[in-house]
Amino acid sequence: MKEFLLGKLDGSALPHEWHTIAGSIGLGLMVLALAGFITYKKRWTWLWKEWLTSVDPKKIGIMYFIVAGFMLMRGGLDAVMLWLQQALAGSGNGYLSAQHFQEIFTAHGNIMVFFVAMALIFGFVNYIVPLQIGARDLASPFLNTLGFWLYVAGVVMINMFFFLGGEYAATGWLAVAPLSGPEFSPGVGMDYWIWSLQISGIGTTLGAINFIMTILKMRAPGMSLLKMPLFTWGSLCSMIMAISVFPLLTMTIFLLFFDRYLGTHFFTTTGGGDPMMYTNLIWMWGHPEVYIIMLPSFGIFSEVVSTFSRKPVAFYKTALVGMIGVATISMFVWLHHFFTMGAGADVNSAFGVATMLIAIPTTVLLFNWIGTMYKGRIRLTTPMLWFLGFVAIFATGGITGILLAIPPIDFQVHNSLFLVAHFHSTAVGGVLFGIFAGLNYWFPKMAGFRLNERIGRYAVWSWIIGFFVAFTPLYILGLMGATRRLDNYDASTGWQPLFIMSFIGGLIIMLGVALQVVQIIASFMQRRRLADTTGDPWDSRTLEWSTNSPPPSYNFAVIPEVSTRDAFWEMKRLGIKKPVYKDIHMPKSTATGIYISILAFFAGFGFAWEINWLAVVSIIGVIIILVARTFNEDIEYTIPAEEVKKMEEARESKLGTLKEQHYSDEEDMGLLEFVKTAPGWALGLVRGKK
Amino acid sequence: MPKSKKRGSGLAAWAAILLFIVFCLVIAALIRGKDIPLLTPKGTIADEQYQLLVTSTFIMVVFALLVISVIYYFAWKYRETNHKATYNPSAGRSKLLLLSAWAAPMLVFVVLASIMLPATQKLEPQRSIESDNEELTIRVIAMRWKWLFLYPEQDIATVNYVQIPVDTPVRFELTADEAPMNSFWIPHLGGMLYAMTEHVNPLNLMAHTVGSYDGGAAEVNGHGFAGMRFTADVSTIEDFNDWVYEIAQQSGKFDTEEYEALLEPSEYDTAAIYHSPNNEELFDNLLKKYEGSHGHYDDTEHKNREAH
Repeated sequence: MKEFLLGKLDGSALPHEWHTIAGSIGLGLMVLALAGFITYKKRWTWLWKEWLTSVDPKKIGIMYFIVAGFMLMRGGLDAVMLWLQQALAGSGNGYLSAQHFQEIFTAHGNIMVFFVAMALIFGFVNYIVPLQIGARDLASPFLNTLGFWLYVAGVVMINMFFFLGGEYAATGWLAVAPLSGPEFSPGVGMDYWIWSLQISGIGTTLGAINFIMTILKMRAPGMSLLKMPLFTWGSLCSMIMAISVFPLLTMTIFLLFFDRYLGTHFFTTTGGGDPMMYTNLIWMWGHPEVYIIMLPSFGIFSEVVSTFSRKPVAFYKTALVGMIGVATISMFVWLHHFFTMGAGADVNSAFGVATMLIAIPTTVLLFNWIGTMYKGRIRLTTPMLWFLGFVAIFATGGITGILLAIPPIDFQVHNSLFLVAHFHSTAVGGVLFGIFAGLNYWFPKMAGFRLNERIGRYAVWSWIIGFFVAFTPLYILGLMGATRRLDNYDASTGWQPLFIMSFIGGLIIMLGVALQVVQIIASFMQRRRLADTTGDPWDSRTLEWSTNSPPPSYNFAVIPEVSTRDAFWEMKRLGIKKPVYKDIHMPKSTATGIYISILAFFAGFGFAWEINWLAVVSIIGVIIILVARTFNEDIEYTIPAEEVKKMEEARESKLGTLKEQHYSDEEDMGLLEFVKTAPGWALGLVRGKK
Repeated sequence: MPKSKKRGSGLAAWAAILLFIVFCLVIAALIRGKDIPLLTPKGTIADEQYQLLVTSTFIMVVFALLVISVIYYFAWKYRETNHKATYNPSAGRSKLLLLSAWAAPMLVFVVLASIMLPATQKLEPQRSIESDNEELTIRVIAMRWKWLFLYPEQDIATVNYVQIPVDTPVRFELTADEAPMNSFWIPHLGGMLYAMTEHVNPLNLMAHTVGSYDGGAAEVNGHGFAGMRFTADVSTIEDFNDWVYEIAQQSGKFDTEEYEALLEPSEYDTAAIYHSPNNEELFDNLLKKYEGSHGHYDDTEHKNREAH
């Protein structure tokens, strides 16, 4: 009976190690503090109605940012723990057991790719794409909220091991078989891996379908595909790739689940299983995944370079060919992740050539940025600085990437720290820096005030310096023969000083992260002075800047008509016509996505602990809710034209009252001033004076 | 722009240069006197891989420096505060730039591919190495978490230790028993290859310098991963023969019982050397154990042999 009710779950699953106890207490306190704060402020209803159940892509975008921001801290903490272990391990054994170390690097990889990079990209796609194409909402607002809440369910699942089970997968982020199979990883940690990726992966697929529909069907009149801004194009490519490969991930994980749960032999070493098949399948998804997060980031850089050079994109169509080229070729290179499996020279050559080919469209994108900057009038604002940092870091990642694409060289550096340094160069430089550039660029649109430039600059520099201090030693360690994922090494190797240097670099990066947090707080403190009253703080070119900052729930009071590529730039030149307001139909909030995600979480949890009744009941629940949802016809509400007019006029009248914007970074609060004023400000906030 | 700003940016440039110099000095100090296997290869395969690494890196660094220095130069030259620079919103769309955007990376691609393709064929690990000396075969079995080496002709079995003669082609036949995927790597001698159950992956290497080198596992395989290291001793041919003779005199034997004992998971095993007259049989038994699954290990092996 107990087994039926609780499956494998028993008292030993409760936290009993220092890290799980600390994690449980820490996370528990955070949740309690947050709940207490909301109760104190009496904001529960507001939170539920205005945010959690909202289908407004702008609000969902911001929720993505908040959750992903926390996960970035969590993944960053993991990174510091890994660095510290490796810095200490050269003398003595460090402070982590091998198992614990391996769980941390697995979690670090999963969190950074799925729950940080993907989520931040989805945050931007949610917030910016509808605005850029002149749409009021999405093709399927419900699918979007469902996708977001499934992502949150995945986030909760990956953190569950703190509370129950005490272990996470110790297999590396892709859980390569047969190590991830029942034979070598019998524990529940592997099941948490399966279900956190499975649930959030399904969310990604749903989100991607929705955004493809939105971009293809909901563009403003006149905006042909070839007039779409490059960020939207990057997102479109990325989402098409996502629906092409995420089903593959879902199926692969299901097969692994069958091996573990039903005792099948898809990927086992015995009984006819083929672990090499798993490696192929997971990388068929895994390599495109890298570009799924990178292409929107390239789009962001294109927007940033164009805006801050005050020039249109130099080779728009070429850039498109470049992006589509990268997206297409990246589907045919997966085998370069395991040249060393022994497929033979011919197969390796084919995939080596394909991999090198990717460098061509990528370089073309770089040339496009060169052409855009040429004879421009370049403002070196923080988004532009992130771009310039990206260029240096991404160049090292690109060079080492091509080295890894040459099979004989790959045989020597594969699975070494050289490889680790390589993909951090591309992922941090290419993806994260793009996201940070986008954050600084679009922050005024989202928040209504721009970010502090001075502290932002310090953050950029900390990141760039920290990156090179942290990862140059890893390149060298790779050449010294240090493999990745080593929890321990012999003192005689002489690696320790380089590991220590890498750790120091990691701390400098953490300083950069801290400065970014300070940047946001300092900007909030000065939000009146930094307010963006025009909706167009950077003198930008695309439609998202033609509406207010932050935009009203309906985005555009009047759907813009587009005739050229830089639509808003053109509008500014020609002057904006007097608007005629009409009724606006907007989708209603819904909590269905939340309910489904809670049930999906319990289904995964049930399977992880083999509590079969829970899994079955939850799945049936999901189906019932989905069917019930289809009978709900009352999913829209109308904002009457009168009200739109009132709201728009109220906004316009405010426009002139605040002093005209002009930016001199000199006025932005510096660090010293922040340290002096922040405590008083925080005290005031707690006392509720402001 | 106020003066302070200008002075600030000049200062920042100098600080950046100073920082870079300090950075290079620190790196130089940290690697001083250290052994960097990939840059000081001791085997013929590693030699060529090193050459390839240096050549391709050089080509790409030159190209990348050209491209990124243009970006930084433009960012500096066309900065807003530089009123001498021309501003022309429709500039930069020249056919020439567009042409070079495609042609330049294609050129680099063609050069690198023409280096890569023959090298991939030549340095394919399955390919036997030409030499006047006769090839030595060593079976390598990855276990949790140690390496077992079987010398079929010399009747030797070793754990976490391998000795090979200098200037002699060695054919490592890699497989695994009751272990996840592994990767076998001796950085001084050449690249790695996976060791998996039910497959025999041949890795051909040849050392050209006598010495003692580190080897290990390069694919994470459970909590004993970091301790799965071994020493690869390269000795003169005479010393190797003496060693083989010496082991043959030993009374202790390595047989099925000892083999089964090794299959028990264990971590950080110390090196051991055994006399093992019937290790061929042990290896055959291992192959049979996984035969049911696919049984195509034979097939690949034959193909590789035929290739030469």
